[in-house]
Amino acid sequence: MTALASRGRSTPADTRRRLVVIGNGMAGARAVEEILARGGAVQHRITMFGDEPYGNYNRIMLSHVLSGEEDAGGIFLNSLDWYRENGITLHAGVRVEKIDRFAKLVFSDDGRATPYDVLIIATGSRSSMPAVEGLYTPGGRLLQGVFAFRTIDDTQGMVSYAQQDHHRRAVVIGGGLLGLEAARGLQSHGVGVDVVHSGGHLMNAQMGPDGGAVLRRSVEALGIRVHTSSRTTAILGGDKVRGVQLRDQPNIECDLVVVAAGIRPNVEVAVTSGLPVERAIVVDDHMRVPDEDEIYAVGECVQHRGEVYGLVAPLWEQAAVLADHVTGADPSSVYLGSRTATKLKVAGVDVASMGLQAPERDTDEHLVFSEPSRGVFKSIVIRDSKIVGATLLGDSRKVAYLTQAFDRGLPLPEERVSLLFDLGGPGEEAGVAELGGDAQVCNCNGVSKRAITDTVRGGCTTLSGVMDVTRAGKGCGSCKLLVRQVVEWAADGTVDEDPAAEYYVPGVPLEKAALMSAIRDRGLRSVSAVFAALAPAGAEDAKSKMGLASLLKMMWAGEYIDERDARFVNDRVHANIQRDGTFSVVPQMKGGVTSPEQLRRIADVADKYNIPMVKLTGGQRIDLLGVPKEDLPKVWADLGMPSGYAYGKSFRTVKTCVGQEFCRFGTGDSTKLGIEIESRFQGIESPAKLKLAVSGCPRNCAESLVKDVGVVAVDGGRWEIYIGGAAGAHIRKGDLLATVDDPGTVTLLAGRFMQYYREHANWLERTYSFVPRVGIEHLRAVIVDDAEGIAAGLDEAMQRSVDSYTDPWAERNDPFTPGQFRTSLPLEVLPRVPIR
Amino acid sequence: MSAGLSGGGLHVLGPVDQIPVGEGRAYGVAGEQIAVFRLRDGSLRAVSALCPHKGGPIADGTIDRNVVMCPLHQHAFDLETGCSTTGAGPLRSYPVFADGSQNVVVRLP
Repeated sequence: MTALASRGRSTPADTRRRLVVIGNGMAGARAVEEILARGGAVQHRITMFGDEPYGNYNRIMLSHVLSGEEDAGGIFLNSLDWYRENGITLHAGVRVEKIDRFAKLVFSDDGRATPYDVLIIATGSRSSMPAVEGLYTPGGRLLQGVFAFRTIDDTQGMVSYAQQDHHRRAVVIGGGLLGLEAARGLQSHGVGVDVVHSGGHLMNAQMGPDGGAVLRRSVEALGIRVHTSSRTTAILGGDKVRGVQLRDQPNIECDLVVVAAGIRPNVEVAVTSGLPVERAIVVDDHMRVPDEDEIYAVGECVQHRGEVYGLVAPLWEQAAVLADHVTGADPSSVYLGSRTATKLKVAGVDVASMGLQAPERDTDEHLVFSEPSRGVFKSIVIRDSKIVGATLLGDSRKVAYLTQAFDRGLPLPEERVSLLFDLGGPGEEAGVAELGGDAQVCNCNGVSKRAITDTVRGGCTTLSGVMDVTRAGKGCGSCKLLVRQVVEWAADGTVDEDPAAEYYVPGVPLEKAALMSAIRDRGLRSVSAVFAALAPAGAEDAKSKMGLASLLKMMWAGEYIDERDARFVNDRVHANIQRDGTFSVVPQMKGGVTSPEQLRRIADVADKYNIPMVKLTGGQRIDLLGVPKEDLPKVWADLGMPSGYAYGKSFRTVKTCVGQEFCRFGTGDSTKLGIEIESRFQGIESPAKLKLAVSGCPRNCAESLVKDVGVVAVDGGRWEIYIGGAAGAHIRKGDLLATVDDPGTVTLLAGRFMQYYREHANWLERTYSFVPRVGIEHLRAVIVDDAEGIAAGLDEAMQRSVDSYTDPWAERNDPFTPGQFRTSLPLEVLPRVPIR
Repeated sequence: MSAGLSGGGLHVLGPVDQIPVGEGRAYGVAGEQIAVFRLRDGSLRAVSALCPHKGGPIADGTIDRNVVMCPLHQHAFDLETGCSTTGAGPLRSYPVFADGSQNVVVRLP
């Protein structure tokens, strides 16, 4: 030990300056990234303190976590590896309580005293809690059911609370950006939402009353109730939230309250430590605290020239200046304040706002266009031929150009109307062309125009490719439009076809609903007809064929024109291709029930064709694996059974338990119902595979709670129907759709749900994504209560598909195409699947 | 099915009609395995039949005017050049055409 210790002492001491950062949020981590980018690790030994017990994450994305679009794990900016790789000591979950600026020490709540040579304060801000009666318990904690919307923990707490079935209504206090995001996010959990806003109109910090009125219409159209000029005076409840009390208005009953009424800088450490604090920690143009040579501050906890910022872009600019000074990279670097522009999708509505909301001087020009019925509002304020303010709602086409014109004071066209509409004025490309190389296009990941153009010139010419390489647009996503424009500009019009995420299939630039209505309007009944009519230049696209074939079959049923080249090989030969190019055959065995005769026949076939493996599947079927393609028709013929659907994006199997037939506990005839469901819906195409189950009692031996559609018999002769469950790559317990009295209604509602899913889900979107995206409340309303009056239409469409069913294995005697079952296997020996 | 010539030269593989429009079929030609595709515009393409990634049967792939996608892992290959557009190794490509009596003719080097 002694030897070791003395050897340790003999290594040269680390002479680097000790850099301590208080705060591990977006500002603190960004400042450190900027310092590292300037070679700061050579000069500094870095220690970071973070109040939250995590690495650092993108707070902007919390609304996506709330809505379920993003997993909490997906919003982390720097993993713990990043800290390790850069030699940064991270104290996560540790709060700094005091700074001794004379001894140059920080004291943290774990009892540690950490010396520093340079200190950065990046403590950010927290939700501002209004003075409202009943907000806190006598113990000083937030009342159960009250949430701030600031941290991962807040967000996850909100999600789990909102998902409890008896929590149906929420009130969001605050109708700004954050409040509207919270409202929309809560809706996705099937919660009814009221927004209570003290201002006269929504988002009054970003827009004037006219824009606010249009936004209100759009938000209300989403089913969110809005109360403006309303002040919350008390939270009602006592043990947990039961409602809110408003001044001069009736109380609102609710189970959940989200406070999104602004933010307040975290300045306690600075105050306690004797640093200058006004509205926030005061800093100079070098981001340095006045009279302190070695203490800097950055982000939302900072007041610069009287301004406090609550947006991300200023924070990036501040971090760069701070790093220039801390590392000495550019001692002349100064921060002169930020022009703030917001560009977001707020509650599903495109919102952009920058600078002034309205004209201030007699000479200011003001352009306004308002079309409330479409939710479109545009207002631009021009001074001395420069844009000094703009508000755009519901139409983001001109946003990229206007933002750049505002940021950089670009000269404007004589014909002002072209600022509002594309009328042959300066196109968006002109705006992109005039951007400097250093201009930051993606603020979340700090990607410059030059980084994007270099990537494109390096040969990467798809939007998604550039996004993958540079990470541009992979943060909050608000800059995607601009990234696309820069890519197009840099590629000089040779951007490769890009599988835009919102298209149903990559080769046809339409979302599903638009695609379906175009198909219907034009009577397109084959995949080649869809490409000819709707694809760019009429070009067919291999990646799109299977999705279109499935969609057309669903829409036209028996009137679909079947072009076999549009199918995946599995659907051409009605079997599942395996890794060695052979196929697997699964005979139909409805409900998992078989017979000695069937088993004998299967065994004989397995012998006759030297089937290398006979295996039971997870769905209670027998799988004959390793069948060469050319043997398929003979195998089917000798089996003499219909297709069992182990391939394709379609309805597959219904797993069952024995139910009341034999089981001591069975309360319903699950086997019979499973067979009925499987017989009715066999082979029905859908956007992704559908696996079902019926259990005869709540013991759930058929695992019905984790199926796309699962049915459980409960006591009293009733049946519960669950949808959206999964136990594969994702694990999810299905949501209860309805509890019904008879098996006939189970079959009806299951079919109606499947038809709704077929019509509305994205290609390859499993029900475990679809159900939470659309919301169980909505599905229940449409499917069980027929709130939209479409139930009969769904039933009818499903019936058409059922009626047009033919057993694909009948093609064994009459191949659909020449050489349908001819081998495609080369003669060489392939990598073989091991045979047991 | 091949013309029986050994090595290089022209090989007649039989009627074009053996290949459904938009699909591919595999042929053994002078010891080589070749996937021949008949595009929707009627033209033909020929590439080697074995995916260099994991040995997938290319003739079972899905095509459009430009590429074929291997059915196993969806690697795509340019039908003219055989080059992969998804980072796999290339397929070999072969000149191929339909002769006066609508037979598939492929030329081996």
